[in-house]
Amino acid sequence: MNTSELARRDKFQFSMLLNDKRYRSYTFQFFALFILICAMAYLGKNLLENLAAAGLNISYSFLGEPSGYDINQRLIEYNSQSTHLRASIVGVLNTLLVAFLGCIAATFFGVTAGILRLSNNWIVAKLMMIYVEIFRNVPVLIWILIIHSVFLAFLPQPKAFRGENPEATMLWDAFAFTGRGFYIPKPIFNDGSLIVIITFILSIIGVFAFRYYARQKLYSEGKLLETRWTSVAIFFIPTILIYFALGNPITLEYPELKGFNFKGGIHARGSLISLWFALSIYTGAFIAEVVRAGIQSVDKGQSEAAGALGMRPNFIMNLVILPQALRVIVPPLISFYLNITKNSSLALAVGYMDITGTLGGITLNQTGRAIEAVLLLMLFYLVISLSISAIMNVYNRSIMLKER
Amino acid sequence: MKKSVIISAVTVAGLTAGAAFAGTLDDVQARGKLNCGVSTGVPGFAEPDANGVWQGFDVAVCRAVAAAVLNDSDAIEFVPTTGKTRFTALASGEIDMLARNTTWTFSRDVDLKFEFVGVNYYDGQGFMAKADLGVSSATELDGATVCIQTGTTTELNLADFFRSNNMSYEPVPVETGSEAVTNYMAGACDVFTTDRSALAARRANMENPDEHVVLPEIVSKEPLGPLVRHGDNNWGDVVRWTLNALITAEELGVTQANLDEMSKGTNNPEMNRLLGSEGTLGEMLGLDAEWAKRAIAVSGNYGEIFENNIGESTNIGLARGVNAKWTDGGLIYSPPFR
Repeated sequence: MNTSELARRDKFQFSMLLNDKRYRSYTFQFFALFILICAMAYLGKNLLENLAAAGLNISYSFLGEPSGYDINQRLIEYNSQSTHLRASIVGVLNTLLVAFLGCIAATFFGVTAGILRLSNNWIVAKLMMIYVEIFRNVPVLIWILIIHSVFLAFLPQPKAFRGENPEATMLWDAFAFTGRGFYIPKPIFNDGSLIVIITFILSIIGVFAFRYYARQKLYSEGKLLETRWTSVAIFFIPTILIYFALGNPITLEYPELKGFNFKGGIHARGSLISLWFALSIYTGAFIAEVVRAGIQSVDKGQSEAAGALGMRPNFIMNLVILPQALRVIVPPLISFYLNITKNSSLALAVGYMDITGTLGGITLNQTGRAIEAVLLLMLFYLVISLSISAIMNVYNRSIMLKER
Repeated sequence: MKKSVIISAVTVAGLTAGAAFAGTLDDVQARGKLNCGVSTGVPGFAEPDANGVWQGFDVAVCRAVAAAVLNDSDAIEFVPTTGKTRFTALASGEIDMLARNTTWTFSRDVDLKFEFVGVNYYDGQGFMAKADLGVSSATELDGATVCIQTGTTTELNLADFFRSNNMSYEPVPVETGSEAVTNYMAGACDVFTTDRSALAARRANMENPDEHVVLPEIVSKEPLGPLVRHGDNNWGDVVRWTLNALITAEELGVTQANLDEMSKGTNNPEMNRLLGSEGTLGEMLGLDAEWAKRAIAVSGNYGEIFENNIGESTNIGLARGVNAKWTDGGLIYSPPFR
């Protein structure tokens, strides 16, 4: 075969689109894409035609109009004269709040239950198995409703705190646990409180710096410094000293029974607490199984070897097993975090105003802009889910097995 | 990800693809069944009885239309809708008409493209509180926690009422009226607000109605009535004149009992036109001559429907009040049949 023959073979010919392996897959993919685009164009056209026939149109101008309704839990300034857009943002923040709290609590429940399930203590292991099986096998909406009704039924209402001999009393005159939520003291920041906060942040940095220093010392000189009590001291002492030196700049506002409800303090609403608790205990059951699987995936020889070196069981767990188990645990954990975020859209069942409740609920209803609102909702959940995935993937890469 | 985009596009397209915008009357007759949207259960207005048969003041309108159009007052598919799902259900063609204590407002009529065919109950928003709360007026509700059904006009009225009276409140949003009652009974809210007719109905069904008071304030106008989609005027006419036939029957003194006798022909020409022994009104609607007679035969005239479902003899115990016929000083009035 001479060079001119080779050149001729490589020259592109039209028939190669079907006959040549190198190009054939491109041809098929092109047609698949073409059909997909046609199908979507057809659906889109159908939608627009039907809307036009009904005399409707796609318009997002409603976002700029006053919403006219009130929302109980708002993390930013909002009233019934604010726009629908602002109401949506209030909903977004509420969704993010419960999703964030839920992820943290679910991880806590899951890791604890997962480790305890492998306990040598028969009762503890079985109890954890019962927890996992019960919570995993009942739909989350039912858990949300059960927990909310338990919350409503067993906690006293503000009315019970009233009168000469009230049926219920506040804990230390500072905490009130009612069926409408928990009322806790709220810090009030007066002049000089900024210095206290800065000191506090600096001492947290100080703790980390000290631990880093101690580790370097251990590696370079083989000296083991006492870290636990020193850390505690660095954490508390400077802040407390500054706090009293400046004359108590941060005070607490206590909740008080006024009129129909408690006033003042921070009000963690019953809807938030029951939704948060239900989501995290439900997802925690799934995480427990993943944690258990992760731990069991680490070869038994690893813990035996660590034991032979004289390490104590909790060191073996923290320094040998968990770091290796995390490689197995983190990828599925990402999808559980996504599930918490998406399941938080069941919030309206307990009257928690998340994005589905504001934009996808009241706004949709009052304006009748169903398609626009649903498209926006989809976009929001997509963006949030992709962001969580991205962040967790960065973390996943950092704990992956590093091959040197 | 691509797949999920397609699925969602299908969903969105499906939302409107089913909509048929003309010939609802033909569709209903071809189907042999009327799809009627009702509420998920308000005692006296729309609720399944012990045998699972839907009964109530709003349901009676559906039955009258089915009798007029299909000659069978049971040929109805009742579709329970929440405050949230009702408009989508109607706009998408899932239901042919909505008879679900829905307030006639400008934006629903104009912007949401619906056609309210009339008013079958003139209502107003009120508040219900527990008697031991010691509240005698809605203006004393500063700081109260209020249970409210989302997606209703009451939600907007509530915000307006508290704002104009310079009071604060804490809304507890719920999806259905019965959920609101559950929350109210558990003490999750101090006050429950909705239309006063529904408040009376809920109160009548409580264990101890005397422990709850409906506050005197009426904070809004709530004309409730059946509605259909824009764009099919013939179907709108059928529903509108069926409702008017029930009202006219009361004005003329046609009742379930004397209907047969009256329809043989009387010396009152309007009654004859209504009941089909004279004129061609039914034909103009695209129905037969006896359509109105059948509609009235189901559960009587407007007054009888009112009395049997929500009137003072029932445990709901609503007085006719502004819902009396116009000759008795009320607002219920039908244009003439001619």
